[in-house]
Amino acid sequence: MANASAITLPQNPRQASVNAGAGLWTSSLTVAGRMVRKFARTPQLIMFTTIQSALFLFMFRFAFGGAIKSGGALSYVDYMVPGFITTTIMWAGSGAAVGVADDVEHGFVDRLRSLPIPRVSVLTGRALADATLMLWSLVTATIFGFIVGFRLTGSVPRALAAFGLCVLFGLAFEWVFIVVGLVAGTAQSAQSMGLLVVPLIFLSSAYVPIGGMPPGVKQFGEFEPLTPMVNSVRNLAMGPDAQALVPHSTGYYIGMSLAWTAGIFVVFGFLAFLRFARR
Amino acid sequence: MAPILEAHGLTKRFGKTQALDGLDLVAQPGRVVALLGPNGAGKTTFVRAVATLLRPDSGTLYVDGIDALRKPARVRQVIGLAGQFAAVEEAMTGRENLEMVGRLFGLRRKESKAAAVRVLDLMQLTDDADRLVRTYSGGMRRRIDLGVSLVGTPRLLLLDEPSTGLDPGSRIQLWDTIRGLVVTGTDILLTTQYLDEADRLASDVVIIDHGKVIASGTPAELKTLAGDDMIEVHVHDADLLPAVSGVLGRIGHDLRVDVPTRRAFVSADDGNTRLMEALRVLDQEGIAVEDISLRRPTLDEVFLTLTGKPAQTTDSPEQPASV
Repeated sequence: MANASAITLPQNPRQASVNAGAGLWTSSLTVAGRMVRKFARTPQLIMFTTIQSALFLFMFRFAFGGAIKSGGALSYVDYMVPGFITTTIMWAGSGAAVGVADDVEHGFVDRLRSLPIPRVSVLTGRALADATLMLWSLVTATIFGFIVGFRLTGSVPRALAAFGLCVLFGLAFEWVFIVVGLVAGTAQSAQSMGLLVVPLIFLSSAYVPIGGMPPGVKQFGEFEPLTPMVNSVRNLAMGPDAQALVPHSTGYYIGMSLAWTAGIFVVFGFLAFLRFARR
Repeated sequence: MAPILEAHGLTKRFGKTQALDGLDLVAQPGRVVALLGPNGAGKTTFVRAVATLLRPDSGTLYVDGIDALRKPARVRQVIGLAGQFAAVEEAMTGRENLEMVGRLFGLRRKESKAAAVRVLDLMQLTDDADRLVRTYSGGMRRRIDLGVSLVGTPRLLLLDEPSTGLDPGSRIQLWDTIRGLVVTGTDILLTTQYLDEADRLASDVVIIDHGKVIASGTPAELKTLAGDDMIEVHVHDADLLPAVSGVLGRIGHDLRVDVPTRRAFVSADDGNTRLMEALRVLDQEGIAVEDISLRRPTLDEVFLTLTGKPAQTTDSPEQPASV
């Protein structure tokens, strides 16, 4: 560069410095802390998903419920609420995808990526905060379930195990939604891509038994991950009445759903990492 | 002193677009360097490469002596980035935003609180420090965003179109702030489409187009590229124009006369000296002038000469955002 009239200003040693940067743990917690404050101060973010899931619950419990035969000794409300609680993770997750895409769109992700922190902490911090939000959704979904007349017929420890499984499934699906958010790039397209959860939810055994679905759809329902997840949660929470409705044992469904969970976590965690660590 | 930034033969292609096409740039410390160019010239791509947000396809890039392609993590320890968007958390206060990023820069809790106080003062946001950013005006958002990139006291601050979307008052305020930074030992690389911004802020201007540097130098040096200074004489009586033209014709070249507005213009190689000479001769010959002025070419004209198109074209995004 031409530099004929260089006015070189004195460098102030106190000011310009090398920034050591935060470690993985501090930076993940700091990134998560920002999300938690955002949720706490923007109640509409949480209220939207909460109200949405409550609406679904009321519709199925009181509008469609009367026309759906769950079969066997299980009443429809007791059939549907475990499915409803399990699939809550999908609604919460699609909200997370929109949040990730919004951060990409508005340069927040770039800002974080330009800081001297382990890049993966942008993702781990995000996942940590979204897991908190998901836990909140699961708790409210459970409370709503009891309000509309759901009653446990299985044992309490088994019901708690079922709840724990929901959290585990949610932690794995979280990474699917982080990838969706990173790929979508804008909040609007993440919103549209989030609609893909609809067929996954409604073509599973969450709201209606798959047995009554036409061939093709039925195979999809049997194959997709939400079905074994919902079946394990329902069987654990409701005991023999629920087990009587499905062809395989509770152990089979738990095994299947854990395999799905591990697979989803590994594949999408890796994709998120690839997509993100790339320069 | 070693250059703060040294790029040689940088290339980057996005699909069919050659965003960087062998870009060479060396920036010395203690200076504000403005990258000036139309939309799509490659300014943002270059800044993103320096910020280690994207990897060039080929070429070398050193930031403060660090190889940005081999050791990007070390580059991130000496830079600050304020991109085209105000990337701050709206649901947090200005102070919280600063403290959060201070923690990420590796400061301890107490240090980041102190850094936030220092930056709030520097950005003149102390009075609004504890309001949520979502209640800030556009200018305040820009300043807090700039502030966030300064909590870590970077050696090189990257500003991508810092004043885009600001009203004139906020723009001038932001310029003052940016000018103040250089004194504290932070070098600045900024991109802009606004010629006046480059003119007002930068000690060096680099004009880029189609991913290449097409000219560089101080604003004054670049202005000489667009041609000579122009002396303009305005008289109250059109009858005086022939006499004025006679004087001016002896002083400069390319004389032009505009009778309806009663003006005569002449180009001169050394504007200051020729202006004095013109005044002296006009006075000696007793020619009364209404007004006499020296006009230097603007960066606008430089730009037009070099690129063959006006500085500002469209508002289309420079390139697809990529992660």
